[in-house]
Amino acid sequence: MQPLRSLLRIAPALALLTVAGLTAGCGSSGGSDSGNGGGSPRTDAAGSTLSGTIVVSAAASLTGTFDQIKADFTKANPGVTVTISYGGSDTLAAQINAGAPVDVFAAASDKTMALVVDGGNAASTATRFATNTLEIAVPKDNPAKIAALADLARSGVKLALCAPTVPCGAASAKVLAAANLTVTPVTQEQDVKSVLTKVQLGEVDAGLVYKTDVIAAGSTIKGIAFPEAAGAATNYPVVVCKQAPNAAVAKAFVDYVLSAAGQKVLAAAGFAAP
Amino acid sequence: MRDSRGRPPAALLVPAALGTLFLTLPLLGILVRAPWSDIGRQLRTDELQTSLRLSLQCATLATLVSMILGIPLAWVLARVEFPGRAVLRALVTLPLVLPPVVGGVALLYAFGRRGVLGAYLDQHLGITLPFTTTGVVVAETFVAMPFLVISVEGALRALDVRYEDAAATLGASRWFAFRHVTLPALGPGIAAGAVLCWARALGEFGATITFAGNFPGTTQTMPLAVYIALQSNPESALILSLVLLLVSVVILVALRERWAPGRSGDRRPAARAW
Repeated sequence: MQPLRSLLRIAPALALLTVAGLTAGCGSSGGSDSGNGGGSPRTDAAGSTLSGTIVVSAAASLTGTFDQIKADFTKANPGVTVTISYGGSDTLAAQINAGAPVDVFAAASDKTMALVVDGGNAASTATRFATNTLEIAVPKDNPAKIAALADLARSGVKLALCAPTVPCGAASAKVLAAANLTVTPVTQEQDVKSVLTKVQLGEVDAGLVYKTDVIAAGSTIKGIAFPEAAGAATNYPVVVCKQAPNAAVAKAFVDYVLSAAGQKVLAAAGFAAP
Repeated sequence: MRDSRGRPPAALLVPAALGTLFLTLPLLGILVRAPWSDIGRQLRTDELQTSLRLSLQCATLATLVSMILGIPLAWVLARVEFPGRAVLRALVTLPLVLPPVVGGVALLYAFGRRGVLGAYLDQHLGITLPFTTTGVVVAETFVAMPFLVISVEGALRALDVRYEDAAATLGASRWFAFRHVTLPALGPGIAAGAVLCWARALGEFGATITFAGNFPGTTQTMPLAVYIALQSNPESALILSLVLLLVSVVILVALRERWAPGRSGDRRPAARAW
């Protein structure tokens, strides 16, 4: 009976391992921040200076940009603390619909925004604050000599795309279909940053990523803009949540994103005006 | 081993019960939430069958490779005295603590198209591992082999060295003694280690998606399919997870049934010690 006993002894470990493996990918995008902001509603309703804490759920692709906007916003409003929870738009929308105490939601697609608006968890209709377009990313030395979108369909070109189910993959498919190109990627990555990594490491000859990713990657890769990208621009909408613990500050934050100062930060990162 | 020594103490039973609950409740969650009515249709889809077959093949191959390399490694760690043995043990078990995604990036640096060894493989032998099924096996072996090494080393340490000594006094070489004395006595330890290794390989996500990418039919194993599905269709992700869980449970139970009766007569002290 020895092997039986050995197996029984490790059975719980097995269960945990299987579950750990399954959830490893999703756990990282979960909003560990969503709980700690909580929102202390100490807003002086009558006063002109804002105060209190807000929680902003923002799409992962906004990471650097919203950090900057947060810094500028809190500098202008010293009484305010902004906590930003970055993650996949779908995950964030699911958290908000599940009752997470979030004040502002900034999504990377109209579709994910609609989940929150249709779920009755938005205080108003959403406002588009930026758009993003695709670019071809190639390693610095451009080993496959890519110059235009059509080159991606050449045989022997190793291409990385986002999986068709994620927004960047949907946009890629739309662009390629509009250009009548049939490509065979070697991989369908789970998000745009993974495509970028594969290009940075030189594992693929090219990948389709957002213009903002190309700019954020600096000199580690080369970006090639192509005219067909205009047909599949991604919209970024923002909204104040209905259950916002601190609606006044939330409204001010959204206004700041839409203001000239906020738009300047977005433009520097490669976003276009809506 | 019946209750001849009195009742089990509550101080042990209560935490044990809590531990069981903690480990099984998430699984129960999947069972409760799974859209059972749709499961038949989902099971017949090509995507599911392809990724399930790929998962089982790759996990099994990774386990075989782990056994071929890992059992000798465990033997060296347990039986050969040399300076730096503790360091070597720490090094080869590093994948246990390394986040799998980091493991995947490390594999790219080593075996990728521009990696330390990979560049040579690519240019001189025409072998590229990333984005191939072999790449999946490499990633799974990297993450899962330490589980086998640790199990087998533990079993070896518990094994009475006098059996090997006796073989040596009878004129057996160390290699002969390993094959005819050590290995048979190690059976249960190896089996338990292999099961643990297989289960870990089956659930592997991070290293696989980072190193081997994600493409249906070549590198998209079940955990990858689950993650991709989760972003667009949580229900189908739930079904995929359920299938993976059921298949692993069925295989683990089947294997246990095979081992248990055949070995029940095994009364070697070594086996009991482990």
